[in-house]
Amino acid sequence: MEKHWKSVISRSVCDYFFDHQRKASSPEDIPPVIATPHHYLISVYRSSMFFVAVCTTEVAPLFVVEFLHRVVDTFEDYFSECTESIIKEHYVVVYELLDEMLDNGFPLATESNILKELIKPPNILRTIANTVTGKSNVSSTLPSGQLSNIPWRRTGVKYTNNEAYFDMIEEVDAIIDKSGSTVCAEIQGYIDCCIKLSGMPDLSLSFVNPRLFDDVSFHPCVRFKRWESERVLSFIPPDGNFRLMSYHIGSQSIVAIPVYVRHSLCLRESGSGGRLDITLGPKQTLGRTIENVVLEIPMPKSVLNCGLVTNQGKYTFDPVSKLLVWEVGRIDVTKLPNIRGTISLQSGSPPVEANPSINVKFTINQLAVSGLKVNRLDMYGEKYKPFKGVKYITKAGKFQVRM
Amino acid sequence: MTDSKYFTTTKKGEIFELKSELNNDKKEKKKEAVKKVIASMTVGKDVSALFPDVVNCMQTDNLELKKLVYLYLMNYAKSQPDMAIMAVNTFVKDCEDPNPLIRALAVRTMGCIRVDKITEYLCEPLRKCLKDEDPYVRKTAAVCVAKLYDINSSMVEDQGFLDQLKDLLSDSNPMVVANAVAALSEINESSSSGSPLVEMTPQTVNKLLTALNECTEWGQVFILDSLANYSPRDEREAQSTCERITPRLAHANAAVVLSAVKVLMKFMEMLPSDSEFVTSLTKKLAPPLVTLLSSEPEVQYVALRNINLIVQKRPDILKHEMKVFFVKYNDPIYVKLEKLDIMIRLASQANVAQVLSELKEYATEVDVDFVRKAVRAIGRCAIKVEQSAERCVSTLLDLIQTKVNYVVQEAIVVIKDIFRKYPNKYESIISTLCENLDTLDEPEARASMIWIIGEYAERIDNADELLESFLEGFADENSQVQLQLLTAIVKLFLKRPSDTQELVQQVLSLATQDSDNPDLRDRGFIYWRLLSTDPAAAKEVVLAEKPLISEETDLLEPTLLDELICHISSLASVYHKPPSAFVEGRSGIRKSLPASARAGSEGVESTESQAAPAVIPAQDSLIGDLLSMDIGGPTVAPVAAAPAAPFGSAAMDLLGGGLDTLLGETSSSPAPPSALPASSAALLGDIFGAPAASATYVAPKTTWLPAEKGKGLDISGSFVRRNGQLFMDLTFSNKAMQPMLGFAIQFNKNSFGITPASPLQVQSPLPPGVAADASLPLATTGPVQKMEPLTTLQVAVKNNVDVMYFACQIPMHALFVEDGQMDKRVFLATWKEIPAQNEVQYTITNVMHSADSNFTDTVVSRMQQNNVFTIAKRNVEGQDMLYQSLKLTNGIWVLNELKIQPGNPNITLSLKSRTPNVAEGVFQAYDNILHG
Repeated sequence: MEKHWKSVISRSVCDYFFDHQRKASSPEDIPPVIATPHHYLISVYRSSMFFVAVCTTEVAPLFVVEFLHRVVDTFEDYFSECTESIIKEHYVVVYELLDEMLDNGFPLATESNILKELIKPPNILRTIANTVTGKSNVSSTLPSGQLSNIPWRRTGVKYTNNEAYFDMIEEVDAIIDKSGSTVCAEIQGYIDCCIKLSGMPDLSLSFVNPRLFDDVSFHPCVRFKRWESERVLSFIPPDGNFRLMSYHIGSQSIVAIPVYVRHSLCLRESGSGGRLDITLGPKQTLGRTIENVVLEIPMPKSVLNCGLVTNQGKYTFDPVSKLLVWEVGRIDVTKLPNIRGTISLQSGSPPVEANPSINVKFTINQLAVSGLKVNRLDMYGEKYKPFKGVKYITKAGKFQVRM
Repeated sequence: MTDSKYFTTTKKGEIFELKSELNNDKKEKKKEAVKKVIASMTVGKDVSALFPDVVNCMQTDNLELKKLVYLYLMNYAKSQPDMAIMAVNTFVKDCEDPNPLIRALAVRTMGCIRVDKITEYLCEPLRKCLKDEDPYVRKTAAVCVAKLYDINSSMVEDQGFLDQLKDLLSDSNPMVVANAVAALSEINESSSSGSPLVEMTPQTVNKLLTALNECTEWGQVFILDSLANYSPRDEREAQSTCERITPRLAHANAAVVLSAVKVLMKFMEMLPSDSEFVTSLTKKLAPPLVTLLSSEPEVQYVALRNINLIVQKRPDILKHEMKVFFVKYNDPIYVKLEKLDIMIRLASQANVAQVLSELKEYATEVDVDFVRKAVRAIGRCAIKVEQSAERCVSTLLDLIQTKVNYVVQEAIVVIKDIFRKYPNKYESIISTLCENLDTLDEPEARASMIWIIGEYAERIDNADELLESFLEGFADENSQVQLQLLTAIVKLFLKRPSDTQELVQQVLSLATQDSDNPDLRDRGFIYWRLLSTDPAAAKEVVLAEKPLISEETDLLEPTLLDELICHISSLASVYHKPPSAFVEGRSGIRKSLPASARAGSEGVESTESQAAPAVIPAQDSLIGDLLSMDIGGPTVAPVAAAPAAPFGSAAMDLLGGGLDTLLGETSSSPAPPSALPASSAALLGDIFGAPAASATYVAPKTTWLPAEKGKGLDISGSFVRRNGQLFMDLTFSNKAMQPMLGFAIQFNKNSFGITPASPLQVQSPLPPGVAADASLPLATTGPVQKMEPLTTLQVAVKNNVDVMYFACQIPMHALFVEDGQMDKRVFLATWKEIPAQNEVQYTITNVMHSADSNFTDTVVSRMQQNNVFTIAKRNVEGQDMLYQSLKLTNGIWVLNELKIQPGNPNITLSLKSRTPNVAEGVFQAYDNILHG
């Protein structure tokens, strides 16, 4: 599917992209910016689809990349998922959306709530209603929020239950080396909100320990001045789900590593076998349990199969992709999860040159590993009393243990 | 029922079917049909035949249908221009629709129809829409101006749309401002003249900064990008702009962040690098850049390419953030490679251990490209951080032990570089390298290995055997390897001539007779001839000391880097090429960083007080040359050069010795240039048409010793400079009754160390009533004692009658030496160095000919004849300013500034010298010369 905003460019430009696609070993490895003799192809790869923008002039690639991601976000928002068949199914809406989002290369409206006022998202009920009444899903009035100083919120929002939920999500990115010491660790944090409040509420959120933040980026609704001076998040929230803030606690501060992995992998044993032995245990968790633990190990190519025994959870090994996955579940402190057994190697293959890394996934509920805590949430501007809730989750981001 | 059904109707006669459906009376049917048409269009089918039918559907109240038809129109209007005209009426009507959404839609669509005929009709509605009451329409119209400019730029200019667009910059609605900025910057970029159509003023910048806080993220990008093209007037403005932009660094949109970084990086150049503000700004820049690295891989890639530039320009920003660049095994390969690059750039003594252990880890990964680059990075690390070299070498050796083929090869290539950087340090590892000789199959690795063997041939016992083994397959080798092998064997021969003669013969014949590679053949012949004629010379050539390779050969050239810094966030920053190198049809407006504050303040000062800096680029700053462009001061050639041009070589010697020797060699002119300097003053005198004799000012002789005091001997005299030599011209008159003889002269110690260079030659005996002239050459090498006044010279003259004493004043100009022309740079530097209290000002009154139009030139030439050299000349507010330098015989430099007002007989003279007490004398000299 194609859409042109300026002059029409022939489809054949995509051939350059396909060339690169053939060359790359996996879809993730295609460079995001490709130069062709006359155009520049800027692509993003999301949910197994490529979104390619063709540019004729010097542009800011990040601008395009961000925009493409926003387009995909919008599709996901509208159709709840973004796949090839979904896009085909809703191509008229997609087309209308694209038309509304970009004009002559300038983004127009990318806030989902404005788009939703212009073009109603499809749902079964409305589709039926439309066929019956002959109405369309295109609104004929100008959305009110579009030009106000707070373009992210529309006026006249009404709820019977006024609720404001905050999810403090922290992802631990870490690289642990062979000996178990931390090579680098950082926390990527997000505050995702689900806010269903009537009218024009003005919220302010304060933290017990705001000094933790040195690297933050905010949703446009946050008043930066207030944050600078008082370290309070003050904002008029968009309606519904949105990411209020993301933060990064980096290499300067010490990051607690909640889990340890003891491992031994030997692939050079006599004959064609190797041994694997991995034990997991909690480290700094402040008494919370570690849940949903999954270990992924991309094994070297010469590994044929694994004969492993676990004392907890299930493991699978895919002989094609050579990926060993061990779904551990929760870590019980009294009986540490363990997996051990033999690995059969291709006979006569050269010695394995590369050591695999273990990719660890886990979640810890009710804990923000950085120690972040919300102090209080106040609402101004409206009279009702909202229901407030805060949830903390720590997850593994890119948590890798080298073997 | 989903839209996918529209794609499935691929029967024959489909177009016909659609046609009938489009003409159906029922609205629903029509809409379905249009949807089908659009579906065919999006997958690339040609449905242009339906054009009139689709256009017929345009007049409808249904917004969705209208949108669809508009979509169709945009695609096909170009191929059906005549039909498109039919649609114009509807457009014009829609532009006056009460619903702003429809007005905006119509204006938008019209702009997208790239048909010349339509644009004529577009003007009126567009003009109205630019003034529409609804901001949504205004902002759409702003974009439409840019579209129109793309189609027909002259029309936009003629119709005054640009002015209207500029007015929108001060619109009350920030979104309108943002779109106007976007449109204007697009127009600027595509403008044929290459010069911006809209100049940024501090007022507009202020408006933009206000709008910045309120408009959408995309608008912010446009505003920031156009701010980056603005050059603040001074430091204060740059700083306050930076302050207002800094909050953008915390924006969630990566494009906003990077654009803000661009503006900050650019404006930071203007601020003094040691100021507190810059330090704190540097701290603030790091976190947002780090944050970019935790977003999607595509964003990471672009961010990394930009960080690569930023790190080269200001390594301080990220020096503590090494860890964020550590590679995760599931990063896409393009991110991995970029991270590696930046790790090396950030490597320093402090973090090198960490970096090395990471690099070693990477070298055992699976991806071959990445592993190679990691190994190479270890080598670069060794070259960059000397302290780490040892560790790097041992790491490389460990890697060689893994025996993984491509790792070994890559390691050998980088070890060669390490050898070149630290010769004679790590030879102990050569034996390990030699073990892997057989596994090398890549030309670069083979060539590197051969180079190592050749270079250290004397320490490798079996070097001849090793090289011989390579020689066997000489013909099949890559030319790189062949060349290396040739050189290596010649080196070996020169080091061990006894047992390698055969080998060298073999390789030379292979290279010269059996090869058709001209490079190889030529090199072979050269070696052959060298070896056969003069082995000693061959040794000197082949085994010469090699320059050490530098650590930063991979850095970008500073000027390119500066230009790229101005293009942060753009494609140029991703390719690390200036936009002119890859964007088509781009008129070459090069962006450059603003001059640093230091250079800037220099510029300000110069306009007030002196001309010199206007033409002398401050060499110490990279961007210094911008300075001279900005100020645009008159270019001042070395003063005499232009008029003296006919006397080619004479003029040249003023330009500097280097040139004139060149000239002497190349030109057939018989006059040896080296002979010229002494007579250049006289020569120049000729050129200026003045008689040479009167060129140098000579004070009339004054009576120094009246006869009544000199026992009948009357002495009058003056000081004069001829051909670079100081003379005392004396007239002895014998007013006594008897002849005088036995004249001798002696000077007391004086301020300038003047002594007679030869004995006094006077007619002797001097009969009564006779006057005799004598010219006494003087040297300035005598003992020095400061006199009061400075120019006083006490003289004793002896004759047969008595010893007579008198004192005379040496006119200062006689002490001006010929090499008193100061280099411009030195002049500027000296002028600044000399404290202000050393500056003395005089007024020279009633100077002749001052009404003359070329009076200034007369002054220049006249002073030049007296060894006062004009360094620069400029005109400030109708006044001529001359900057002159002179040097006294005792090496004291005096720097002068002359202010000449046309018509005013008075000239203001400002003097600066490290010894201010010469000032009075110099002033006297000026006064005399200019009045003389």
